[in-house]
Amino acid sequence: MIKLVKVCKSFNSQKVLDNLDLEIEPEKITVIIGRSGGGKSVLLKHIIGLIRPDSGQVFIDGIDIASLSDKKLNETRKKFGMLFQDAALFDSMTVGENVAFPLKEHTVLSKKEIDEIVNKKLLQVGLKNVTHKMSSELSGGMRKRVGLARAIVLDPKIILFDEPTTGLDPIMCESINNLIVNTQQLTKATFVVISHDIESTFNIAHKVAMLYHGKIIEIGTSDEIRSSNNPIVKRFIK
Amino acid sequence: MIRFFEFAGRPFIAIVEECGRIMLLLFSAIVWMFRPPFRFRVILKQMEFVGVNSLTVVLITGAFTGMVFALQSYHGFRMFGGESLVGATVALGMTRELGPVFTALMVTGRAGSAMAAELGTMRVTEQIDALSTMSVNPIQFLIVPRIIAGIVMLPVLTIISDFIGIVGGYFVGVKLLKINSGIFMSRITELVEFEDIYNGLAKAVCFGLIFTLIGCYKGFYTSGGAEGVGRATTESVVFSSVTILISDYFLTSVMF
Ligand SMILES: Nc1ncnc2c1ncn2[C@@H]1O[C@H](COP(=O)(O)OP(=O)(O)OP(=O)(O)O)[C@@H](O)[C@H]1O
Ligand SMILES: [Mg+2]
Repeated sequence: MIKLVKVCKSFNSQKVLDNLDLEIEPEKITVIIGRSGGGKSVLLKHIIGLIRPDSGQVFIDGIDIASLSDKKLNETRKKFGMLFQDAALFDSMTVGENVAFPLKEHTVLSKKEIDEIVNKKLLQVGLKNVTHKMSSELSGGMRKRVGLARAIVLDPKIILFDEPTTGLDPIMCESINNLIVNTQQLTKATFVVISHDIESTFNIAHKVAMLYHGKIIEIGTSDEIRSSNNPIVKRFIK
Repeated sequence: MIRFFEFAGRPFIAIVEECGRIMLLLFSAIVWMFRPPFRFRVILKQMEFVGVNSLTVVLITGAFTGMVFALQSYHGFRMFGGESLVGATVALGMTRELGPVFTALMVTGRAGSAMAAELGTMRVTEQIDALSTMSVNPIQFLIVPRIIAGIVMLPVLTIISDFIGIVGGYFVGVKLLKINSGIFMSRITELVEFEDIYNGLAKAVCFGLIFTLIGCYKGFYTSGGAEGVGRATTESVVFSSVTILISDYFLTSVMF
């Protein structure tokens, strides 16, 4: 269970999150929408403790991670997988080593087993014969998919996706969306997805939350959001 | 008046603040150094990077330092017929000062700057954040192995530099300037104590800590994109070199 209570965050004098309250249902896909530069990535980084709030609490399974020590935070983070907006692949490693990294760190699997899982996950995101490429040799869309494979490789309980389909062609977009839905059905993990693609948002989301001026101004099922009376929401989803 | 002190004091306060942050980083690096998992492979890779890859540049600087030192001291000593002391002078100079300091400065330029650039790039492309999200402590994974590599490899490089410097001095003194080889060598064994070598290596350990710590610090806390990485790299070399030279003075005054 993820719950943010009265979270405030400013950078210098710029208020990005302003008394934000958000409760994310477990074992569901929640999609966060909002304007570019509106603080979606910042919100996601609060959930995994990369950014600490100026005030307020971030509860993960009942523990307030905003006030946790680094060592305890490390433990909590084992429940998480995260895809960064720009993939954040380790550029000193190959694609295969990137995806294998969480497995090597946190499991005792043999090299052969790890290789198998890595290939399977890469196949799931539509990548073949790239394990030995350096991650700096990939296209933007390929990097994103490798990042996706790395985020889901440990089958974590909570997965955060920062714009998983931005920069992909329509066909790849659809297959990534399918992957997200299927993986979620299979693992029953909690998914938090940031998306700019309104149409696919409504297709994959159990819940949609709209971030506006540092607050969640509306949260509900796809249908509820579609028929919302809030003029800001209306304008955003057209 | 108060304005004046505020104005004059600001850079001073900035330096003190920065040193404080470096000390905090060192402290957490030490804490994480003794927590499992121990990443021997990463450490070995860094040792190769700091040590093996610096070998050529250390050999060249060491040899020519010893050679020019022999040449200069020969001209000096000849004025009062003390040519026989050239070997001992070179050996003392190399082991006490020139070996550790020049090696540290060269390795700072090569490896320290690369550390700042690499960690800086990882910071601005969120790779360090990605490490954290995978429950891997970035200080333990990135900084601890680099500091260990610096502390271990700089003394090794210094020994090599000392040796090759004395060989260079021998070459110039005995082969080119025709000093008697037996006297050259016996003066070295007479005047150079084990303590000289040992103290020089102790310096190298300190310098190894300084350049890796500052390189990692500058890289780790980079902000501001590619420009920030460039700035971090330059600052790390300047800051490390100055700190090495200053601390060399104090180390010398304590040791000898
Ligand atoms: N580390 C930081 N330091 C200073 N300002 C920051 C930092 N991170 C984010 N910001 C600021 O916070 C605001 C929100 O950024 P954020 O990346 O969360 O936007 P976003 O909603 O993810 O936008 P996009 O859809 O374009 O990715 C931006 O104005 C940005 O400049
Ligand atoms: Mg973003």
